[in-house]
Amino acid sequence: MAELNQGEQIAGLTVTPDKYLPHRYAGASGDFNPIHIDPEFAKAVGLPNTILHGLYMMGLVARAATEAAGGDPGSLQRLSVQFRGMGAPETEIVVSGEVREAGDGKATIDVVAAQGENQTIRNAEAEVAL
Amino acid sequence: MAIKTEAIGKQWPATTYEVGKEKIGEYARVIGLESPVHFDREAAKAAGYRDVVAPPMFCVVYSAPALGPAMFDPEVGMNFAAMVHGGQEFAWSEPACSGDEITTTAECLEIYEKDGKGFYVFETVSTNQDGAEVVRGTWTNIVRGV
Repeated sequence: MAELNQGEQIAGLTVTPDKYLPHRYAGASGDFNPIHIDPEFAKAVGLPNTILHGLYMMGLVARAATEAAGGDPGSLQRLSVQFRGMGAPETEIVVSGEVREAGDGKATIDVVAAQGENQTIRNAEAEVAL
Repeated sequence: MAIKTEAIGKQWPATTYEVGKEKIGEYARVIGLESPVHFDREAAKAAGYRDVVAPPMFCVVYSAPALGPAMFDPEVGMNFAAMVHGGQEFAWSEPACSGDEITTTAECLEIYEKDGKGFYVFETVSTNQDGAEVVRGTWTNIVRGV
């Protein structure tokens, strides 16, 4: 059983999605919005290039919170996030977090996903059962 | 231009989705999840699950189809060219396992204007074949320049 204490940093995770990750995520999730997979379309609507699916990055946040709670997928009770900066493929994503409160067999973790200074997911709040 | 709010409280027809073992594995691999409970039936059962269990965020796979008609409903009237997915919340209850048949309904919770932006908030509620709630999602879309 995992033990989490208030103020503790979770292990978090670091991942660099390759060029074709958004294609695989589109297939896995069913979200084929062309801004994620077609560079010409993305540029035509004013984006610098294709962008990562926000829900993919939320999936990474969920993974980090679940691992912090010991790895059982049933331990994640609630997760809320705000999507802000756009995520780019082929750029390292760092998911980090701090335990806001812990006790009575559960914990609340504040989580952030960032690419350098660009916080793609902020104010993420994960509630886990321990 | 005032924002249209008559769609608040509107509900859309339910969708159903049968969870499959290989689809769970496909999703788990993309996210980088390696726990055998997402791939191996015996490992999942040894961990106390009925069958191979979906990662929590797999909920987007079975709940998003219910949201599609809501997002595109002219009564809601979202301007997609200026829309971003601003926020997302999920609250999980029963785990989703391979073989489960999950039914999802969608409802428009709120439409409001703030700082020149339109906020469109939808809720999806997913239940399994036994009528137990699996996940409740709150999807917030933000439209600039309403």
